[in-house]
Amino acid sequence: MGKVIMTADDSASVRQMVSFTLREHGYEVVEASDGKDALQKLGNRKVDMLITDLNMPNLDGIGLIKGARTLPSCKFMPIIMLTTESQDSRKQEGKAAGATGWIIKPFKPDQLLAVVKKVLG
Amino acid sequence: MKDQHKQAFMEEAYELLTELESSLLELEDAPEDMDIIGRVFRAMHTIKGSGAMFGFCDIAAFTHEVETVFDLVRNGRILVNKELIRHTLDARDQIKSLLDASDGGNDADTGAGERIIAELRRFLPEGPGEKPEASSKASPVLKTPEAPLPQVRLTYRVRFKPAKNVFFSGANPVALLNELRGLGECKIVAQRCELPLLDELDPELCYIYWDIILTTSEGVNAIKDVFIFIDDDCELRIEIIDDGGWLDNEGGYKRVGDILVERGDLSQQALKEVLSEQMRVGELLVAKGLVGPDKIQSALLEQQHVKELRQEREKQESVASIRVPAEKLDILVNLVGELVTVQARLSQIAANRSEVDLSSVAEEVERLISELRDNALGIRMLPIGTTFSKFKRLVHDLSRELGKDIEMTTAGAETELDKNVLEKLNDPLVHLIRNCIDHGVETPEGRVAAGKPSKGTVHLAAVHSGDSVLIRISDDGAGLDREAIRAKAVEQGLIPAGVELSDRELYAQIFAPGFSTAKKVSSVSGRGVGMDVVKQAINSLRGSIDISSKPGNGTTITIKIPLTLAIIESLLVKIGNDSFVMPLSLVDECVELTRKDVENSHGRNLADVRGQIIPYIPLRERFKTGGTPPPIEQIVITRINDTRVGFVVDSVVGEHQTVIKSLGRAYRNVKGLSGATVLGNGSVALILDLPQLFNAAENDAKFLH
Repeated sequence: MGKVIMTADDSASVRQMVSFTLREHGYEVVEASDGKDALQKLGNRKVDMLITDLNMPNLDGIGLIKGARTLPSCKFMPIIMLTTESQDSRKQEGKAAGATGWIIKPFKPDQLLAVVKKVLG
Repeated sequence: MKDQHKQAFMEEAYELLTELESSLLELEDAPEDMDIIGRVFRAMHTIKGSGAMFGFCDIAAFTHEVETVFDLVRNGRILVNKELIRHTLDARDQIKSLLDASDGGNDADTGAGERIIAELRRFLPEGPGEKPEASSKASPVLKTPEAPLPQVRLTYRVRFKPAKNVFFSGANPVALLNELRGLGECKIVAQRCELPLLDELDPELCYIYWDIILTTSEGVNAIKDVFIFIDDDCELRIEIIDDGGWLDNEGGYKRVGDILVERGDLSQQALKEVLSEQMRVGELLVAKGLVGPDKIQSALLEQQHVKELRQEREKQESVASIRVPAEKLDILVNLVGELVTVQARLSQIAANRSEVDLSSVAEEVERLISELRDNALGIRMLPIGTTFSKFKRLVHDLSRELGKDIEMTTAGAETELDKNVLEKLNDPLVHLIRNCIDHGVETPEGRVAAGKPSKGTVHLAAVHSGDSVLIRISDDGAGLDREAIRAKAVEQGLIPAGVELSDRELYAQIFAPGFSTAKKVSSVSGRGVGMDVVKQAINSLRGSIDISSKPGNGTTITIKIPLTLAIIESLLVKIGNDSFVMPLSLVDECVELTRKDVENSHGRNLADVRGQIIPYIPLRERFKTGGTPPPIEQIVITRINDTRVGFVVDSVVGEHQTVIKSLGRAYRNVKGLSGATVLGNGSVALILDLPQLFNAAENDAKFLH
């Protein structure tokens, strides 16, 4: 059974690209359009990994990460944040909230897969 | 796939722009509403991020500038005013025209874009021109090690000690260790010394750390990249312990025990016993409680890893190649040749004496020398590709000179040939390729008129065939003009007029001295000097040359060359008291020829071999040996230019390794002989040039009839 990865992003095109790339490589993908949507979906089903944008309406990425970590099923789940900023402050904020790692936008499908492989093993 | 994503981005971007517009207009009425400011920022942020991802770099770069301003607005460092909104709306329109442009619309006005950016920059508190963060577009997530320096394999000692709470960030140390394994040869030891007792153990914490010995050519950055996400949450120590050879010199001393055994002061057995009683350093340390067993295991593993690595490297170094002057190889091959001759004598003497001791030694020597010969000859082999590449240039230069468009293709460049053969083959090949280009391939106009692509091809191919190499030079030109060749051959008295010849026989005429059908003499070829020289050169290599051609489709010239010139496998035969050798490569089989067979054939020299009629040449007659033939003679059936033809000899002695010696100057022009060799008993045998003998017999027959 393929691992389930959630992509949380308010940009439909990024979600599409992420899902397409991951599905092509045998992962199951759950899409969420913002942090709130994502958190709700995380509570409903088992997800092995989360890839989230930082800037989202309703609940942003940092909030989502913090929220996810309080869920027992997501306590040790790898969480990757997508960020356009390479500022350390933003990364640190994400890490402090409990993110596993980050991908800097723009990224190529290969880079996405490399990171997924890295954290999912 | 790509376009599908691009399309999705465009749709989304238009949507966001609409939203951006309305948000900006709302903002005008409520300039301090952080919610609206957040919406504006996010819209631009998404356009920028997604744009860069799907290749809309101009849009991403432009939007980045606008976003920079709104990032500050969001942080309360810039206040919203009407002017800012006006410029941002302009910017939004600019983004739209950039989008339209990439959707196939008119090109966007880049000047306008620059003006808008200049206006917006004036809002930045730091002053114009400064960008808070320069690297929004560059910097991929994982730094691919830039220009991986020459592939040096280094061995690293890595200690990876994650923070105890490493699991809470979702990191998986096992995945990282596996990733490390992917970099090269890797040995990992887990260090468990910090594990607490069970009732103190928190299962959600990581108490273990790892020692890793890794040999990789990826460089230290690749190792660091593995741990990039937990850089701050782990203790990572990377040290080089083996740098690919420089450190090998140390530690090559003998141990005391070994030295004592070598001197005879101590027996091997006694040493072993003493050593088995002795505790290893590691055991001693553990026993004294100075170091934990895991640490010792880790150190031992490192030792073993480095040892294996060095052993492997030594192995590799010993198979590395060396350069040797060609003359040395020639001397070696000559010596092997002499050795083969001497060995033949030894074998013969052993056979005559029927002493078991002697014959077993003789057999051993024979086997070894045969191996030695193959190896010595193998050393001189070179791939023919080195010659091919020279011809590419030749074709290029010549075709340009002649105004033709010709491409040369090659196949079998890895086919190996004796160095000396290769050198002698160069001139004939150059000549043949010139002929192809000059006479074979037509001018581009001529080719188009004949319905062929204007670009011609000359194909050069080499392939192994038994103990020979076949070299084919083919072109896709006009082919040989049969009638022109016939007319010319008759005119020069090479063939009688009115005789019907096969294509092969007719084409063979172009190898006659002075033969040329070219209407004009060019600087390249056509003087009628050359093809006969080519033939001579190939013959001197004991090779043969063959032409086939189809009008309009091109010509193929096939050269068959023995692999080596120095030593050949051959068949030793006798006629009267004389010995002769025939190259075994040409021999198919041997059959008996009885008196009765000869009578039955009524003087036509034809033998019936399993229903196939095969012409034969009685060598006894041809060589005017005299004496009477034995009642049962032998026909050695050979294959020459795809024709089966027999040579009648008195008896067949057997296979023989023939070291070829050239004949003296007085005999050099004798037809039918290609050299001589020394037999085991010291006598001399002549090497028969079977194709030449066959041709001579054929010509005689033709003129008789």
